[in-house]
Amino acid sequence: MREIGSLPAIFHLSIIAALFVAQFILPPFHHSMLTRIMVLAAYASGYNILLGYTGLMSLGHAMLFSTGLYSVGLTILYLGFEPLAAFTVALISSLVISLLLGAITLRTSGVFFLIVTMIFSQVFYLTTLYFNNITYGDQGFVISQYLHPINMGFFQIDFADRTVKYNLSLLVFSVAFLLSLYVSRSPLGLVLAAIKENPDRAEMLGYNTYRYKLIAFALSGTIAGMSGAVYALVFSYIGSSLAFIHNSINPLLWTLLGGAGTTTGPLVGTMLMVYVIDVTSSFTESYLVVVGIALILIILGFPKGIVGSIRKRWLTWLP
Amino acid sequence: MGIEVPITLGILDGVVVAMVAALTALGLSLVFGIMRIVNVSHGEFYMLGAIIAWFVVTYLGSFLLALVLAPLAVGGLATAVERTILKKIRYDPESTIVATIGLLYAIQQVVLATFGPYAREVSPPFYFRVDLGFFGYSGYKVGVAVISAILIAAVYLLIYKTRLGLFMRATQQDTEIAQAFGVPVRKVYTVSFALGAALAAAAGVLIVPIQQAYYLMGLDALLLSFIIVIVGGLGSIKGTLVAALIVGLLDGVVSVFFSPTLSRILSSLLVAGVILVRPRGLFGSGKTM
Amino acid sequence: MSIGKISRRDAIKAITRSAAAGVAVGVGVVGGVGGYLVGSSSARPGQTVTVTQTAAGATVTQTIPGATVTQTVTAAPSTVTVTRTETVGGPAKEPIKIGFEVHRTGIGAVYGAWYERTTRAAVALINEMGGIDGRPIELIAEDDGTDPQRGVQAVEKLVLEHKVDFILGALFSNVVLAAAPRAGELKKPYFAVSEGYHVPSGQLNRYSFQPGITDVRSQLTAIAGWVVNNLGKKITMIYPDYAFGYDHRDWFGKAATELGATIIERIPIPPTETSFTKYFPRVPADTEVLYHVMVGPAVLTFVKEMGEYFGSRRPEIFGFVDSLEGVPLNSPGLEFLEGTYFWEAFPRYLDGYDTPYHRYYRNKVGVDENGADVNDPKNVSTYSHMFSCWETLFILKEAVEQSGYRRQTPDDYRAFITTLENFEWFNEGNQHPQGAKKFDGRLHQCFGQQFISKVENSKFRVVHRTRIEDSVYESDVDYTKQPL
Repeated sequence: MREIGSLPAIFHLSIIAALFVAQFILPPFHHSMLTRIMVLAAYASGYNILLGYTGLMSLGHAMLFSTGLYSVGLTILYLGFEPLAAFTVALISSLVISLLLGAITLRTSGVFFLIVTMIFSQVFYLTTLYFNNITYGDQGFVISQYLHPINMGFFQIDFADRTVKYNLSLLVFSVAFLLSLYVSRSPLGLVLAAIKENPDRAEMLGYNTYRYKLIAFALSGTIAGMSGAVYALVFSYIGSSLAFIHNSINPLLWTLLGGAGTTTGPLVGTMLMVYVIDVTSSFTESYLVVVGIALILIILGFPKGIVGSIRKRWLTWLP
Repeated sequence: MGIEVPITLGILDGVVVAMVAALTALGLSLVFGIMRIVNVSHGEFYMLGAIIAWFVVTYLGSFLLALVLAPLAVGGLATAVERTILKKIRYDPESTIVATIGLLYAIQQVVLATFGPYAREVSPPFYFRVDLGFFGYSGYKVGVAVISAILIAAVYLLIYKTRLGLFMRATQQDTEIAQAFGVPVRKVYTVSFALGAALAAAAGVLIVPIQQAYYLMGLDALLLSFIIVIVGGLGSIKGTLVAALIVGLLDGVVSVFFSPTLSRILSSLLVAGVILVRPRGLFGSGKTM
Repeated sequence: MSIGKISRRDAIKAITRSAAAGVAVGVGVVGGVGGYLVGSSSARPGQTVTVTQTAAGATVTQTIPGATVTQTVTAAPSTVTVTRTETVGGPAKEPIKIGFEVHRTGIGAVYGAWYERTTRAAVALINEMGGIDGRPIELIAEDDGTDPQRGVQAVEKLVLEHKVDFILGALFSNVVLAAAPRAGELKKPYFAVSEGYHVPSGQLNRYSFQPGITDVRSQLTAIAGWVVNNLGKKITMIYPDYAFGYDHRDWFGKAATELGATIIERIPIPPTETSFTKYFPRVPADTEVLYHVMVGPAVLTFVKEMGEYFGSRRPEIFGFVDSLEGVPLNSPGLEFLEGTYFWEAFPRYLDGYDTPYHRYYRNKVGVDENGADVNDPKNVSTYSHMFSCWETLFILKEAVEQSGYRRQTPDDYRAFITTLENFEWFNEGNQHPQGAKKFDGRLHQCFGQQFISKVENSKFRVVHRTRIEDSVYESDVDYTKQPL
């Protein structure tokens, strides 16, 4: 980061600090909600690098998320890997899969890209069903009984412990969050912004737009895979439903709701959506009507997403 | 029993699926092509068509009436949505996605609360079992394919033979120039959105004696329509029809040779291959949106 | 009201017959019983019920007008005494909170609606009877959207926010499989009402139980013999290509093969499939029995298209009623099912198993004798599954009362879980209208009778009822070895 000590950097570090402190204050249920929100917000932040900074809308991220998820799950279940080794496998495999998927699908753009990524993701989903003798398909499997505590000498990391879960989520979120800040400020980010603005002009200026898009795709996909890997470690459940299209639509919705192209938007969008569903479902059975209407009202009031519209109107310095 | 029986069945089923899907996709294609927005709630309009058909057939006893009333009602709803929501967000592609996801949730829940979670059956208006020697086939299914074809032809005539169709085509090609030449673009938007929804609803009515009305039936229809529109190329009726047949027949015929899930995987990959080879669709114009 | 647990087989028969005597068991010590039983009115005059004493239990005899009742208590007597003393005429007690994870939305919503209805009926009844251990039940329902992710969230909300004592769990097995481990981590007993083979497979934990409904493996073990002996030995299976289908593929396949049958073709159908005709040519011509099980909204299409394809030249057809839960049998297109066979856990039509308990239960839940809502004959219930909520709640009540569970402490939960694990038998009665059940504390799973019905005149007619022993399979799973 070029501007360590600048306003945006301080702003981002204080958000992470606030999330860290929150674990000591929050009541248990909200502690668990935030654990979930941070993993999902990391996923959305990765998604945002592609959508918000590069202007590419994908519906294939469930496949990348699940690559991380299954890498952790299968290596632990069948090969008896330690969590850290499994996590490393997840990172590598999601990088490889992202590069492959990106290399193929980036031949297209716009809605064509949207649909091609969706089809590949559905193929991945069906593949997890087809090889159900290995993956247990839709029923899925649980790894908590194989997640042995990691002995760190003077203390133990027990994955069933809520503090471990919380801070693992915080860690993955911080990585995704700071990476997206970095991308938004780096030379890479400027090229991506140029591609988003006008791909033809960027190409004419001499940039190999395909290569840059591929870099953005790989970065976005690896963050998705990393989130999936942490999801497996924190929630210990691995199943096909996480590879289904709903899990591709979710980060899209969260990012747009919070504000595409803003670093804090994905967190805000994820938090809002998870909480709106939670709160409304406890006072009415027909809560999805409320959620639906809320989405429409929010987008009417904040057409660029919540953070996006706030930035446009008031806080122009927000990254 | 040789291979010809399953292949015949695969083709028959493929064509029936393709025709209904083409009708749904045509509605999506109009909205997509003319307004340049992704309407995520398109599948819910299809579902509403099926649900309304169940109510009309159950309480008024007429399938034909359902085929008239459901598209009208859903078209009316779509008009309201277009005027109150889409216009206000200025047809911004990203805001539209959020708003139509919101609409999807709301419609699904209202149907769940009123119609219930059941998959409900509607008797076909006519029924006979076509005995083809080794096996039988539903006469109604054949009828559905025919009715869909008629409706698609009607839309074709509307777009290529009427003044409204001219306006629609002009708006699709270039909104600003069309406006400069006096095309009432806003009205074209409203009509296109309503017509798109009505076509989805009509498909929903036709499918209900085959597949039952169910509150979650919209998603599959939406995904299939999207794929067809993209394979065919944006805004091309011919493309949509050809793509629907390709997708439907691939699905039907591939499943003869492989186990069901594997054939789904293979036919999806083939469809993806078509898009990759023709990144603007089979009959697409230069625009990719 | 009926009965609780006893350990000796020979006592069972006696009590089964007399369960309607309106006896609430596990009620503990002398003083409380009389007052407790006031709410239950179905006692038949002059009946005497004698129950054999369990090893660690105390036998208590209490005479009420019309019935002499001997009760068995296994829990630490001191705890029970204290509890009871407070019950009688004491101040209103703090409610016992039961969290209910329910499929209100998503693909399981049909089941969810009926599960909720059944559960509320059981809760109302228990509260009418004086609650659990004198404490009224407060039921807190959370929707899980029939989604594994949301299921985990629902468990967290119930435990951490609502501070429930117990969780009545989900139905769809992927949701159970995701949610139960979280409940285990939070050390909260989780009662699956699913029929999935997840609890007894050993994949879950010490806190997961399925005492109210048999699992699919035991169902298949029980019926395979009848299918093979009565319908045919060359079997083609059509099943959904996900969890529920795999259980059928694996366990029916195993059981049938051991009985000398051959599975000549397996046809898994991918989820979200809406058109099936193209798959039927895969059914080999020499198939004697077509075994089908489908769930979800497409089942009617499936059955109809099966009819269109085969016409009158069909093989014998055997299906799981899961395909038709919530679906009226007189739906257009289902005529083809005439003369085919179905497994049922609990007959949809009352005359298939007409017992006073069954009538009592059906009446309380509000289901007519054809299995539909008493107020809306079109609204057909998920009759073969939803009784699990009812029976599970009574087992939970029983275990709370016998263990002396009072507060959410590790000790009380230990007592609760070990008490439950020591249960061996649930007697047929108003609390267990589906029939008596054997409970295996090592597996945390019950075993019970199954029904096979034939479709005649658009109704199910029960043609066979299996014995409880038929459903028992070998397993070396033992949850009691896990730490608490």
